[in-house]
Amino acid sequence: MIPELGEYALILAFVLALAQAVFGLGGAYFQHRSWMEALTPTVTGVWVCMAASFGCLTYAFVTHDFSVAYVANNSNVALPLLYRVAAVWGAHEGSLLLWILILATWALAVALCSSTLPAAFRARVLGVLGLIAVGFLSFTIATSSPFLRLIPAALDGADLNPILQDPALAAHPPILYMGYVGTAVAFAFAVAAMLSGQMDAAWARWTRPWTVMAWLFLTIGIALGSWWAYYELGWGGWWFWDPVENASFMPWLTATALIHSLAVTEAKGLFKSWTLLLAIFAFSLSLLGTFLVRSGVLVSVHAFASDPSRGLFILGLLLFFIVGSLALYAVRASALKTNTGFSLVSRESFLLLNNALLVAAAALILTGTLWPLFMDAFNLGKISVGPPYFNVVFLIPTLPLIALLGVGMHAGWTRAMLGSKRTALIGIAGGAALVAAFVALGCYGSARLLTIVGFTAGFFVIGSSSWFVLHRLLVKQHLKRAAFGMALAHAGVGVLVIGVTGVSAYKVEKDLSLAPGETAQIADYSFEYMGALPVAGPNYDAIEGRVVIRKHDVRVDELTTQKRIFRAQHQPMTQAGISVGWSRDLFVALGEDLGAGKWSMRIQYKPLVRFIWLGALIMALGGLIAVMDRRYRSAAKGA
Amino acid sequence: MKWRYSLPAVLFLALGCVFYFTLTKIGRGTLDVREIPSPLIGKPAPHFVLPSLLGPTQLIDSNIWRGQTYLLNVWGSWCEGCKEEHSTLIALARVAGVPLIGMAWKDDHASAEAMLTEMGNPYSAVVADDEGRVAIDFGVYGAPETFLIGADGTILVKHVGAMSDTVWRSTFAPKIRNGASR
Repeated sequence: MIPELGEYALILAFVLALAQAVFGLGGAYFQHRSWMEALTPTVTGVWVCMAASFGCLTYAFVTHDFSVAYVANNSNVALPLLYRVAAVWGAHEGSLLLWILILATWALAVALCSSTLPAAFRARVLGVLGLIAVGFLSFTIATSSPFLRLIPAALDGADLNPILQDPALAAHPPILYMGYVGTAVAFAFAVAAMLSGQMDAAWARWTRPWTVMAWLFLTIGIALGSWWAYYELGWGGWWFWDPVENASFMPWLTATALIHSLAVTEAKGLFKSWTLLLAIFAFSLSLLGTFLVRSGVLVSVHAFASDPSRGLFILGLLLFFIVGSLALYAVRASALKTNTGFSLVSRESFLLLNNALLVAAAALILTGTLWPLFMDAFNLGKISVGPPYFNVVFLIPTLPLIALLGVGMHAGWTRAMLGSKRTALIGIAGGAALVAAFVALGCYGSARLLTIVGFTAGFFVIGSSSWFVLHRLLVKQHLKRAAFGMALAHAGVGVLVIGVTGVSAYKVEKDLSLAPGETAQIADYSFEYMGALPVAGPNYDAIEGRVVIRKHDVRVDELTTQKRIFRAQHQPMTQAGISVGWSRDLFVALGEDLGAGKWSMRIQYKPLVRFIWLGALIMALGGLIAVMDRRYRSAAKGA
Repeated sequence: MKWRYSLPAVLFLALGCVFYFTLTKIGRGTLDVREIPSPLIGKPAPHFVLPSLLGPTQLIDSNIWRGQTYLLNVWGSWCEGCKEEHSTLIALARVAGVPLIGMAWKDDHASAEAMLTEMGNPYSAVVADDEGRVAIDFGVYGAPETFLIGADGTILVKHVGAMSDTVWRSTFAPKIRNGASR
């Protein structure tokens, strides 16, 4: 009964989303005031139906309703409650449901916070969001309903994919989807602007806070995913350049470019057509990511559900939204006047470079991700493009980007204003190089050129951002929230760069075979293997190994690492033991049983790895502070 | 309308066509993105000496099959795909015309034996690769996997995943016929 209610709510949501699209786009086109006024209740209705539908599926999971095929495939009587709730989005059908619920949530937020926008513009934005909801709801109802019954019902479920049985499953997908789907809001604003012909600074000011919100969710979501892969897959890697990771990273790069481009459009009315294009790209890449992950055209270590027949449907949606909006762009943008006129060292030109480099990075990643697919499609042979390509190619645009970032935020609009600040910046850069050399040679005792460059760039960005804040506070005695948030986010980039540089240059990874009582020496640490014992979890059996870590004979930590065999699927999983610290992580993972008490072990020393995720969190915090700037709040309150 | 503003739309349309093309190929079964060609094809099969599963004191040397074409099936009683392909293997054992060698991969001997007693034994010999060392030499990354090894000791075919009649007819049978005529 409850699953049928869920299906019913889903169909109702579809009908209401259709109404939302018609009221929004039709209302604005025909100037029907009553249609446009009906939008808030309609959007609320879509949200209530989606929440109800989502609640019904959650209920089916919590109560072990194995007469629902999706539940039977992704849950188990022994599955703990937290994972039963999170298992709702553990596979294709449910994650699609979550996707649409989040879209409805964004639409509701736009409907409630946009009372100051011109009525027709607001109607178009909500209409476009309704149209996207219609597309994805029809996809869910036609090909991927999570409420299909299993007759006869299963006695027990096949269990959730063991890789997903981790507390991070509760947080990572919803936050990442908030980011993914959030790009739909910027897209809807862009399409509304093109439909209405109002593509000016006001449009950019309305779009900016929404874009930053989506961006900050995307930032946290990606960081969470990286952290999860780090400890869960048992490989100790924090980024693999896997297609699924790239699928989330490309919208992030584009959204980052969009935030900066919107800043120029808002302040100076420049880059108008480029900003529109970026807003379309950010959402297009989000959709493309969904398509690549869900259709199974690419192989990924994170792809948990794929089906080519569904792929065609998503491809249809993809083409409709992207080609549709790009065609609209072709008509509207060519009518825009391009007005140029800023000097070489102005903030505009720095932001232009920022955009060019970010988009180049996204394009290089897109090429690398899709290249194997093209080769395969045209029978040119099977290749895989992996870290060797991405690591090199990604550095080419990002190194100059980071160097420019530290300088660019001090440049004034329109004309060269760097003059007085030049000396200070050179000083900061020199100081950063000294600190970098000290850290590399003093703390780690060796350095390649790229390591020094990386550290210098990181410290320079942090120093430059701090000086930006101090200068505003002490000299100008005035610091806007938006400016502080911007500086903080940039400092976060610096922290992240330091982390990436440190872990890339100084990590030590060893695969060893150890018998109980044997010790391995890695970096300054000695790892003593104490032996392994069987332990039982709620839905798995495990062998748990214990390792005591000492540094110069002083006990540092004791780690446990497990090799788990999940009972329902007989799939082995490794649970790594990690000793966390500011300056380093120590990582131990149990490998294979070599007999006679011996085990193969993966032991890793990861210097500064925490700074990667810390940097991402600082960036997101900076974004959050920036959107709370008075200028956006007063706009929301009706100024 | 300036043409350059249409460029993004045109480019994306082209990309869409490639996606459509790829998807229909996958749909027709002419393209499998998960299939990664083994670098071992055409190379000599790794040599191994492993204990026999059914007589643990007896060691089996892979050189004893030199001079004949044979199938090597990597399986385990813990592997669902292996149970799925088992009936196909039993049928093949009668009609294939080449010996079928099983390699129990990282398996518990008792449960591997129990599976063969329960579901039938298609293999003319079964070796036990308890530590997975030999499987690594063969580049196995999941069970089941099936190799066709020629009379000269080179690997002719590698199939990842469950064996089926379709797979047998399309990829294995032609190679065996070629091998016989050579």
